Amino acid sequence: MRSDRIKFLAFALVVLLLPLPLSGGYLTNVLIFVGINGVLALGLNLLLGYAGQISLGQAAFFGLGAYGSGVLTTQFGFNPWVAMVVVALCVALFAFALGFPVLRLKGHYLAMATLGVGVIANIAFNETVDLTGGPSGLSGIPNLAIGTLTFDSDLKNYYLVWCFALGMILLSLNLVNSRFGRALRAIHDSEVAARVMGVNARLMKVQVFTLSAVMSAIMGSLYCHVMTFISPTSFGFSFSVEILTMVVIGGLGSVYGSILGALLLTLLPEMLRTFQDYDIIVYGLLLVTMTIYMPGGLVEGIPALFRLIMPTKKGSEVGNA
Amino acid sequence: MELLNQVTQFVISGLATGSIYALIGLSFAIIFNSTGIINFAQGEFVMLGGVLTIFSLNVLQLPLAAAIVAAVAVTTVIGILFERLAIRPLKNATPLALIIITIGMSILIRGVVMLLWGKDTQALPAFSGTDPITVAGATLLPQHLWIFGVTVMVIVGCRLFFNHTISGKAMRACSFNRRAANLVGISVGRMVLFSFVISAAVGSLAGVIIAPLTMTAYDVGVMLGLKGFCAAIMGGMGSGLGTVLGGLILGTLESLGAGLISSGYKDAIAFFILLLILFIRPQGLFKKGETERV
Repeated sequence: MRSDRIKFLAFALVVLLLPLPLSGGYLTNVLIFVGINGVLALGLNLLLGYAGQISLGQAAFFGLGAYGSGVLTTQFGFNPWVAMVVVALCVALFAFALGFPVLRLKGHYLAMATLGVGVIANIAFNETVDLTGGPSGLSGIPNLAIGTLTFDSDLKNYYLVWCFALGMILLSLNLVNSRFGRALRAIHDSEVAARVMGVNARLMKVQVFTLSAVMSAIMGSLYCHVMTFISPTSFGFSFSVEILTMVVIGGLGSVYGSILGALLLTLLPEMLRTFQDYDIIVYGLLLVTMTIYMPGGLVEGIPALFRLIMPTKKGSEVGNA
Repeated sequence: MELLNQVTQFVISGLATGSIYALIGLSFAIIFNSTGIINFAQGEFVMLGGVLTIFSLNVLQLPLAAAIVAAVAVTTVIGILFERLAIRPLKNATPLALIIITIGMSILIRGVVMLLWGKDTQALPAFSGTDPITVAGATLLPQHLWIFGVTVMVIVGCRLFFNHTISGKAMRACSFNRRAANLVGISVGRMVLFSFVISAAVGSLAGVIIAPLTMTAYDVGVMLGLKGFCAAIMGGMGSGLGTVLGGLILGTLESLGAGLISSGYKDAIAFFILLLILFIRPQGLFKKGETERV
């Protein structure tokens, strides 16, 4: 427990100091998205990695958060913070109600149902032109502000997003080490056994589904205020798959793994920018090869690789000396 | 009268796209029944059918019939590679790993097609002209007839194969009980490979015959695949009449919804139906008795 706390503090320190040498440039902007994607992946990981329930519709909740906040602030003149709370509550109610029928399904059927929800939400963003601006998007969304402090630069937004992200990481760490987290893992291993032990599996699955939806929605609200412009393409099926990729590559059932996966897959397209469209192939290859050869993701794969390489490396060093 | 003609028109075009959904649904069910896998890359086989035919026709200058055969053959080979490279290496795979890996393969196939042939949508010329035929106040395109004809042929072919050939019976045995099938000397591994072969061939054929009507591009597979899955769900994941009816109902409802309500919500209608069925009757519309919620 104590080493967990030290680990988190070290992580938080890195996060807080990281932008200082970058002085608010392009890379800071990229790191904002690492924070947003990291929480999205973390939310999905609670559902997928811990409770073993897949969702291919995470982008829908992210989109609901973004569009909810965007529409309330631009069309109805809500204060951004009030809008964020209202939207989070609405998404919570919606996800809770949706969770009961959806999470009765398992495996492929659950994947398809969540995917369906995602596609319907995306079509709604596109078609409700009066509210959302349709395919051409919604612009003029105000920045968030506290008193006279307006979050209008990359650096300010970085700290804003990462404050939320650190909070949610801390929450998740506590959650997965709690009674609730252990029950989730029990459901993952065997739902029947968990039920026999007195775990209300159905309710818990819906609760963790709701939690991951709300985490995504809050990140959506932040995203829309950071970007000040949103369009439906950011919330489609392919983004849901991207979030899934982050979780799988980082490591199922690992909080820091999700952040690591988000870091890698957010930086990767930036690094591959010169190759433009190749990133879609890299995504596919990563998903396939990681699932086959590194099913534990990076958090398990890197130490394993390290152990594999280390002895030979030592040997060669001795040989050289 | 005007409305009636319109409705007839919507129903006809709905039945045509519905036939396509039925074929794709069938290709889903064939793999599912012998392996328990929902292949999320099924739509990519459909897309490959259309794209490869256009390539063989325009670039390789093959005659249409040869181009179609080539496209279906190449897609089938890709189906074999798919099984060998992505499915077989996974031992004791969980459904989750299979979902992720088939999604990964679908992204990969889409990416390669996009790099090779670009993002443009292309159309395949209609097989036998575009002179419309008037039926009961609505117009029918010759391509519609091709679609109906090919669908019926494939369905009859599948039925004959599964009920009257040794391989077909062996595959059905695998779907009932893999272990028992193995014990009586059926090579389950070969049957799995076989199911990918048939599934890729049927899927790509669906892609070929729809391409003259709807245009094709590297990314059409996603939607077509999902709707085919929807048809398969309606039919209870069986490889028979249920899936065909499911496809036809889905296509007709979608076409009526698009025509009478709003074309923008066309895809939403299909997914709404999918969700309703998953929530209310996950065992399919036409199956009796209880099935576990899988």
